[in-house]
Amino acid sequence: MRTLISDVQLNRPRGRLVHRIVLVVVVTGFTLVFLGPLYWLVTGGLKSAREVVQSPPTLVPHELHPGTYAEAWRQLRLGRLLSNTLVYAFGALALQLVFDVAAAYALSKLRPVLGKLLLGMMLATLMVPAAVLVVPQYLTVLDLPLLHLDLVGTPWAIWLPTVANAFSVFLLKRFFDSIPDELLAAAAIDGAGPLRTLWSVVLPMSRPILGVVSIFAVVNVWKDFLWPLLVLPDPRDQPLNTGINSLSLGVPQNVLIAALAIASAPTIVFFLIFQRNIMAGLTTGSLKG
Amino acid sequence: MAATAPRPRPGRLRQRVRHHLTAHGFLLGAVLCFAYFSWYPMVREVVMSFQRTRRGRTTWVGLDNLDRVVHDPAFWQAWRNTLLFTVLALLLGFALPFLVALLLNELRGARTYLRVLVYLPVMMPPVASVLLFKYFYDPRHGLFNRILELLHLPTSAWLNSADTAMVSVVLAATWMNMGSATLIYLAALQNIPGELYEAAELDGAGLLRRIRHVTIPQTRLILSLLLLLQIVATMQVFVEPYLLTGGNGPEGSTTTVVHLIYQYAFNFNNYGSASALGLVMLIVLAGFSALYARLARHTDQD
Repeated sequence: MRTLISDVQLNRPRGRLVHRIVLVVVVTGFTLVFLGPLYWLVTGGLKSAREVVQSPPTLVPHELHPGTYAEAWRQLRLGRLLSNTLVYAFGALALQLVFDVAAAYALSKLRPVLGKLLLGMMLATLMVPAAVLVVPQYLTVLDLPLLHLDLVGTPWAIWLPTVANAFSVFLLKRFFDSIPDELLAAAAIDGAGPLRTLWSVVLPMSRPILGVVSIFAVVNVWKDFLWPLLVLPDPRDQPLNTGINSLSLGVPQNVLIAALAIASAPTIVFFLIFQRNIMAGLTTGSLKG
Repeated sequence: MAATAPRPRPGRLRQRVRHHLTAHGFLLGAVLCFAYFSWYPMVREVVMSFQRTRRGRTTWVGLDNLDRVVHDPAFWQAWRNTLLFTVLALLLGFALPFLVALLLNELRGARTYLRVLVYLPVMMPPVASVLLFKYFYDPRHGLFNRILELLHLPTSAWLNSADTAMVSVVLAATWMNMGSATLIYLAALQNIPGELYEAAELDGAGLLRRIRHVTIPQTRLILSLLLLLQIVATMQVFVEPYLLTGGNGPEGSTTTVVHLIYQYAFNFNNYGSASALGLVMLIVLAGFSALYARLARHTDQD
């Protein structure tokens, strides 16, 4: 594909030289800037408690202490935090897929009375900065109006608010809008009710957008920090991202670094394996959102 | 309901009522969640800005909260810090990814490798990147001062000095986040039809003029959308300073507006002031959000 610089220009001797130099500089620079810290992360966890805070820092650990990783796993309760994260992320994903898909389908295809108003009110929430709502949201979770339930300390405090995701509803609705009504009419003639139509006609066609919405749902829970800190006061209930910080007080530096390395490993490995699909999904989602 | 439809026969009417009820059944779960966790808190945010709660008694206090918040010396400092963060984060986090994407798009052989590299930090839990940077910033045994020493440059106090704390926060935030913007730009660049560059070249346009007259106009919409999105996101910065400096930093040099809201609410139990400050934030950001919504709708129609 033709880009800014043409192949002809690149193939001239001068072009080739410049290209070669830029390539080497960029590849080295990027490797240092983006892999360098990760190298430091992994080796920092292998150093002894003294070496890790030694001045000047050592590039290669003098002696290896792989036991630090086991120590980190135990001291920061990483197993617990990791399973918390999975429970929160996949619970949020499941609820979002059920409720937001159903809502988007109703708004797009069933078009009930007041549907447009509800959609508008949902989209309006995108205009409100999330950080501003944290305080009233916290007070709401503390004492749900009418029901008088206190969700603090329960997974519901993480799960339910993620359903109120206007971006997901919007992406799904717009995708459903592109499915021709005739297809659904045909299903209706065959005697399929709305739920049946959604399940056997709409959903099988919507895999790409379901993938995008799922990635966003999981990533949002994975990266959130402040909300879990507020609604899950016990560090043992917190997801990885919040819990590591809460449990890091008084932990030696090398143990903490080992814990950070362990915490980073799952998503980085996952990313390296599914790199192509994730990149494609993320760019379509963000470009067209 | 359905006022434009022809007068339905009684049997049809029942069918229609059932249809609308089913549809609302599909909507119910999401609508309840929006009501509880978005709409009600939005209303409550505004209401609480004008109320004060003392010993369990809530009273209306008009603009008192706002008045007190504005006269808190921390108010202006927090806004100054937040603006400084936003400007620096945009200089780095908005311009740099564009240049990087431009570069990556030309380096066809290494594009996939470089793209993965830039995106790696985005995949890490933010706390891991932030605490790792905190370790690098340590003035005594940190990596960054060692690198400066090796390059014979003056070392820095990084997070420990009021002059450099915010810059250090921005550097960490940029490293963590620039992957997402780079990826979006890269996708936009790859959508530019190659013929445009060819035509420009035939007209004798050099490299810089091709960037100016082809690349930038072709990506202008994505650039402006992302700019607005990043303004709204960076103005709400909280996690990075909270983890790096404990939030306030030396001489309050990293206190951001959201951190001030957090302090009012959760350190001083002063929900009135927290809400009033939140309302100010909301109003300041509303303009950017509205502009974004307008531009985004514009793209949608294309």
